[in-house]
Amino acid sequence: MVRELPMGPATREAYGAALVELGKSNPNVVVVDADLSKSTYTTKFGKEFPDRFFNVGIAEANMVGIAGGLAHSGKIPFCSSFACFLIDKGYDQLRIAVAYPRENVKVVSSHGGISIGEDGPSQQSIEDVALAVTLPGFVVCVPSDAAQARDLVKRAADHKGPVYIRTGRPKVPTIYTGGEFPFGKSRQLEDGKDLTIVANGLMVAEALKAHDALKDDGITARVIDSYCVKPLDAEAIERASRETGALVVAEEHSRIGGLGSIVAQCLAATTPAPLEQVAVDDTYAESGTPQQLLEKYGLTWKHIVAAARKVLGRKARPSTPPTAGKAEENEPHPFEV
Amino acid sequence: MPLTVDELKAKAVQVRRDSIEMITAAGSGHPGGSLSETDLLVALWFRVLRHDSKNPQWAARDRFILSKGHGCPALYSCMAHAGYFDPAILPTLRKLGSPLQGHPDRRFIPALEASTGSLGNGLSIGIGIAHALKLDKTDARVWVMVGDGECQEGQVWEAAMYAGAHGLDNLTLIVDYNKKQLDDMVKHILPMDPLGGKFAAMNWNVMEIDGHNMQLVVEALEESRKVKGRPTCIVAHTITGKGVSFMENDPKWHGVAPTKEECAKALAEIGA
Ligand SMILES: Cc1ncc(C[n+]2csc(CCOP(=O)(O)OP(=O)(O)O)c2C)c(N)n1
Repeated sequence: MVRELPMGPATREAYGAALVELGKSNPNVVVVDADLSKSTYTTKFGKEFPDRFFNVGIAEANMVGIAGGLAHSGKIPFCSSFACFLIDKGYDQLRIAVAYPRENVKVVSSHGGISIGEDGPSQQSIEDVALAVTLPGFVVCVPSDAAQARDLVKRAADHKGPVYIRTGRPKVPTIYTGGEFPFGKSRQLEDGKDLTIVANGLMVAEALKAHDALKDDGITARVIDSYCVKPLDAEAIERASRETGALVVAEEHSRIGGLGSIVAQCLAATTPAPLEQVAVDDTYAESGTPQQLLEKYGLTWKHIVAAARKVLGRKARPSTPPTAGKAEENEPHPFEV
Repeated sequence: MPLTVDELKAKAVQVRRDSIEMITAAGSGHPGGSLSETDLLVALWFRVLRHDSKNPQWAARDRFILSKGHGCPALYSCMAHAGYFDPAILPTLRKLGSPLQGHPDRRFIPALEASTGSLGNGLSIGIGIAHALKLDKTDARVWVMVGDGECQEGQVWEAAMYAGAHGLDNLTLIVDYNKKQLDDMVKHILPMDPLGGKFAAMNWNVMEIDGHNMQLVVEALEESRKVKGRPTCIVAHTITGKGVSFMENDPKWHGVAPTKEECAKALAEIGA
C-alpha cells in the first residue's frame, strides 16, 4: 500500500511566511520583487515592512542588479519572481552583480517546474536548477515541503553568500513537522538495500510512495531527500551507491543539468553504479492541470517504480532478485567484490 | 471582406463574450487584459491585417505578434472567427491537449507568429521579421502588441531604440495602455508616463488614441501603414476589464477567472 501524506501549504507560501518572521528579527532583510509579489507571497512582507520592500516592476534583470547593490551595502536582499523569469532574464546580473563579486543575495523563485499547470511552458521552469548550479559560489536548494522551505529560507538569511531556493506553486504533501536542513546535507527518509531513490522538491513525496509500492514487491529502497543540490551531500550519495548499488534520481526539472546530472557526476568520480532518471525529457511541456502534466511528463511515483525496476535490471549482481522478495542477508555487494 | 466599423463593434461583443466564457471554463486566465485589448485586436483581424486563413503561411501576409501573451483568449477568439480554427474548440482553452495553450504556442498553432508569455520578447522578434520582410522585398507589415506593464522590461527599450534608429517603417507597435499590471496600478509600481514621449524621443511616429473608439482605432492602424522612414507606435488608452463594470479598472481582475455567477453577470453586461 502506498502511503497517503497529509497536504500542507505550498513551499512558496512557507517562503512568504518565513520572510515576515525574518523581517521582524533582522532589520537588514529587504525584499525585491518584479510585479509578481502576490504569486511569490512576498506581498506579505511588503505589507508589514513597506520601507524594506521594493517592487521594481516587470524588470527582472534590473531587480537582480538592484539586489546586488543592496547586498553590496550590507543589506540582505531576498529577490523573487517566477523561476524562469528570475533566473533566465536575470542571468547576466546573477553572474556580474551577485556571483562574481560574491554578494550576499538570496534568490528565491516560485513556480519552479511544470506543476504550475495551465499557464504553459512560457511560465514553467525546467532549466533553472541547471542554470543556478553553474553560478560559482551559489548554494542551490529545492525544498520538498513547507517546513523544509521555511528552515532553508531562514538558513539562507544566516548564510554569507549567494543562495538560490526554488519554491513551487501547488500545495504539497507534508513530509516534515520541523527540523534542521543544513546546506550541503541531505535527509534519509527510508532505508533499504536494493536501490536508492534520490529526490527533491515535490518528487520526494512521490519517492516515498514508490518506496511503499516497491516494498510490496519485496524490494527495499533507500529514500534520500537531496534538498541541497549544491553543494551536494556527496558522502550520502556515495554511500548509497556503495551500499545499495543502484540509484534512481527524481526531480521536477530537465533531465539535463539538474540533480540527476549532478548525482551522476558525483558517482562517476567516486563509486559508479547504474542510475536512472525520472525527470522532464529534453522538451517543453504544455498547458494542463498540474496532475495531468506530472503524469504525462513522467513525474509520479509510478514512474519512479518503473525506473527502479529498470535500474535493478541493470545492476551487475542484484543483492535481491527483484521479484523474489527475500533478501540474502550477507551477500557481498557488487562493488565490494 | 473587411468589416465596417459597426460590424467591428458587433464582433468585439462576440470576442468579449468568448474571452469571459473561455476563461470561466478554464478556471484560470487573464480577463482584465483580454477585455482591454479586444477592440484593437478586432480592428486588426477583421479590417486591417492582410491575411488569409486558408493560406496561413502566405509569404505576403502581415505578421501579428501578441507580445502580452497572457491576453490570448481574445486573440484565439479573433482567429477562430477569422477562420483559422473552429470556434467550437474555444472552450478547451488551457486544457490538456488543446491547441489553445495558456499562452500563445506556435507548436500547436503555426499561424501564431511567436510563442509568447515571457513579457518583453515580442518587439525584438517583430524587428527581426521586419528586417527579413524588407530583405525579401515584400510590403507585408509587422504588428506587435505589448502591455503597458510589459514596457517596464528593458528589452522593450533596446528594441524601441533599435527600430527607431533603423527607421523600420514596416512595423507598428500597439501599446494596450490600460494603466494596470499584475500587482497594482502601473502608476503605483513604476509610472510609464510620458509613454508616447519615450517612443517619440527614439524616432518613432507616435499616435495616442482612445483604444475603445473603433473608428479611431481603425484610422490609426491604417494610417500607420502610410508612414515612411519611421516605425509607428500607437499608444491606445484602454480600460482593464472593459465592458464588465465590476472588472473595469480593478487590478484584481488581472489574472483571476470569474465564477459561473460572475460569468453570467459579465455576459449580461457585455450584451449580445
Ligand atoms: C517576464 C515576465 N515577468 C512576469 C510575468 C508575469 N506577468 C504576467 S502578466 C503580468 C502583468 C502584465 O501587465 P501588462 O503588460 O500591463 O498587461 P495587462 O495589464 O494588459 O494584462 C505579469 C507581471 C510574465 N508573464 N513575464
